[in-house]
Amino acid sequence: MRRSSAAIILVAIGLHAAGTSLSAQHATAFDIEDGGRAFRNTCANCHGPDGDQIAGIDLGRGQFRRPLTDQELVGIIRKGIPNTPMPATNVSEAQAVKIVAYLRSAAESRKSVAVAGDAPRGKMIFDGKGDCSTCHRVNGVGSRQGPDLSRVGQLRRTIELEQSLLDPAAEVLPANRFYHVTTKDGVAVTGRLLNHDTFTVQILDAKEQLRSFVKTDLKDYGFAPTPMPSYKGRLNPQETADVVSYLVSLKGRTNP
Amino acid sequence: MMARTCLLVVLAAVSLQAQVSFDRVLHGEREPQNWLSYSGTLFNQRFSPLTQITPANAKNLQLQWVWQARSLEKFEATALVVDGVLYTVQAPNDVVALDAVTGRVFWTYSHQPAPDARTCCGRVNRGLAILGDTLFMGTIDAHLLAIDAKSGGLIWDTTVASSSQRYSITHSPLVVKDKVIVGTAGGDMGIRGIVAAFDAKTGKEVWRFYTIPAPGEPGNESWSGNSWMTGGAGVWNAGAYDPETNLTFWGTGNPAPDWDGRTRLGDNLYSDSVVALDADTGTLKWHYQFTPHDELDYDSTQVPVLADITFRGQPRKVMLWANRNGLMYVLDRVTGEFLLGKPYVKVNWMNGFDHKGRPKRVPGKVPTPEGTLIQPHVHGATNWAPPSFSPKTGLFYVAHWENTGTIVTEGLSPRPVGVNTRQTTMGQVNLQQFFNNDEEAYGVVRAYDPNTLDPKWEYRMNDITWGGVLTTAGDVVFSGGKEGYFFALDARTGELLWKASVGGQVNAGPMSYSVGGRQYVTIAAGSSLFAYALPQTQ
Repeated sequence: MRRSSAAIILVAIGLHAAGTSLSAQHATAFDIEDGGRAFRNTCANCHGPDGDQIAGIDLGRGQFRRPLTDQELVGIIRKGIPNTPMPATNVSEAQAVKIVAYLRSAAESRKSVAVAGDAPRGKMIFDGKGDCSTCHRVNGVGSRQGPDLSRVGQLRRTIELEQSLLDPAAEVLPANRFYHVTTKDGVAVTGRLLNHDTFTVQILDAKEQLRSFVKTDLKDYGFAPTPMPSYKGRLNPQETADVVSYLVSLKGRTNP
Repeated sequence: MMARTCLLVVLAAVSLQAQVSFDRVLHGEREPQNWLSYSGTLFNQRFSPLTQITPANAKNLQLQWVWQARSLEKFEATALVVDGVLYTVQAPNDVVALDAVTGRVFWTYSHQPAPDARTCCGRVNRGLAILGDTLFMGTIDAHLLAIDAKSGGLIWDTTVASSSQRYSITHSPLVVKDKVIVGTAGGDMGIRGIVAAFDAKTGKEVWRFYTIPAPGEPGNESWSGNSWMTGGAGVWNAGAYDPETNLTFWGTGNPAPDWDGRTRLGDNLYSDSVVALDADTGTLKWHYQFTPHDELDYDSTQVPVLADITFRGQPRKVMLWANRNGLMYVLDRVTGEFLLGKPYVKVNWMNGFDHKGRPKRVPGKVPTPEGTLIQPHVHGATNWAPPSFSPKTGLFYVAHWENTGTIVTEGLSPRPVGVNTRQTTMGQVNLQQFFNNDEEAYGVVRAYDPNTLDPKWEYRMNDITWGGVLTTAGDVVFSGGKEGYFFALDARTGELLWKASVGGQVNAGPMSYSVGGRQYVTIAAGSSLFAYALPQTQ
């Protein structure tokens, strides 16, 4: 509840796609990236990472309760909506313009996600055909090699999850990078990179052991490609949508 | 620098990091390389079986690494080490996994305490517990968290009590079989103390023991009126466990309000006591109250130290206790029988014990409108810092204060006498200039014979100490103090063997571990953790 009241809630009237998008047309890729960062820091606590956690509103798909111009959205972000949970913020005009550009861009990219997914079917694929738990962990079950997905639905947008399935090497978050080392006596170890510096490197290896190496002890070392395979062609569009829906449904465990 | 760096070249994870079973935790002494609970084993002896560092070579100890916490709170935690990985807490409640050889970080888990979390004496944490691949931490907003030791991910988060009602948890949890046991602090703020056990897998509560009995339960008659409801008796230091009796032991804090007993007439059970609970059910088996009807803030939240010793010619399972109230005790830990008690500093509030071990109060040594001189000081002869027992020397090692007193006035906070008045409550992070005189308090590390409770030797510091004590099978004692030194003493003579200026107050207990056959000893001081070892042979 504290988090809900602390962040931005865009409450408008009517369910409709947004109007013209001057900001998005003139925004650079950097503007959109900045806007995404500002959205996650300021808006996502209430609206969710995909902007769809307020009933009747799906910011990531350009769905508001009535058509809104960019200028109107900028005004709402900054001044809030009186008598609603949507508060005013200290976001600058320039930042608000970037947030709007980011939302417009996200809505455009979403048009590629045409097939609706089924989360229970997605779980079956995750546990079966996809063999995902070989590397990933959900609510304490599965491997720690890949990212723990127990809360991935709170952390990542649908489009990002889809991209991770179909083109996993396109963008690997720093926390998910892999690293390889070969010791001077020829032992090769690859694992998830936890930390590294000029002299040492720390990884979680394939046996889930926390390992630390001093680089002068190594014959070679460096970043390794992500072991995450592409599911393009391995899953059909419906199966991909099902798995994405399942991942979106993962919001963490309920406390005892 | 490069040459020194090369000296650090060691593969940290020499041994595989296997699951930490309860049997491993219970028999921590079988794994000298590891440190699997707050004081090393569930007997809380804070004794390391490692022998590489000795009185002969301790002078060669060298700093190996420093890890700096991103926190300006006091660093009171003792780390755990499991097969080359060191786990500690960045105050208030961030868990950090470090490589025990280099001090470099594997992962950090950050807990954001509720804004209404309140503690009496700093937003501190004293450490973790481990079982399987799971770490456990109590938080200052009175949650108990289970954290994946491999990844730093949260497994479960259980609310033990309400932070809005001033409950908090500051001590390391205790793992007993498949349960995790914690107690709640907040005794100065009118809580009703709790010890509770939780299922280690799920976080579900298994049992709960209130340190103040409810109406109808034995002991409730020791509280007048409804004073039991907000009577304090918090639990804010580590417990102990004895597998032979399946008893878990916890020290309890002062009754509330602290310096005014007029509204809570009676002995105020089980405040200022040690309670022995059945570890499976939480049922009270015995208790011993150190300070009945306390009006002097003599929390009995010291770490219970269990030892099997020859006492007066007979083998005996005892509990050793250096109390804040200035008295040292030997109790039979099976029955709770009082075996021996004796002042170990200047004590003027009592002048002996009756046949059951109840202290005989000195008339008039209570808070009065005009103020009364009480010895020892409100912070006590010792406080929460963990002591040590060496089964090798058979001595009980305690860091404590000497020459202290307090003017206690009814209903008001006490005014120190004979103590450096620049000190703040319960220690600080940074060093301050200190100019004492003979009338003021000073710190000591002393070795006591459990058979007589007489000191065998003393190491004296200028200033007081909030540091704990570690002993090793190499016959070395490690401790530190408010002056910002970490030092090594000869366990048999108290001779100073080595010291290091750590630049901040020592507010924690030392511990020792080894990786790749090399013994390390760590201490938290200021906001940082320091690791020392002997030079590597080339």
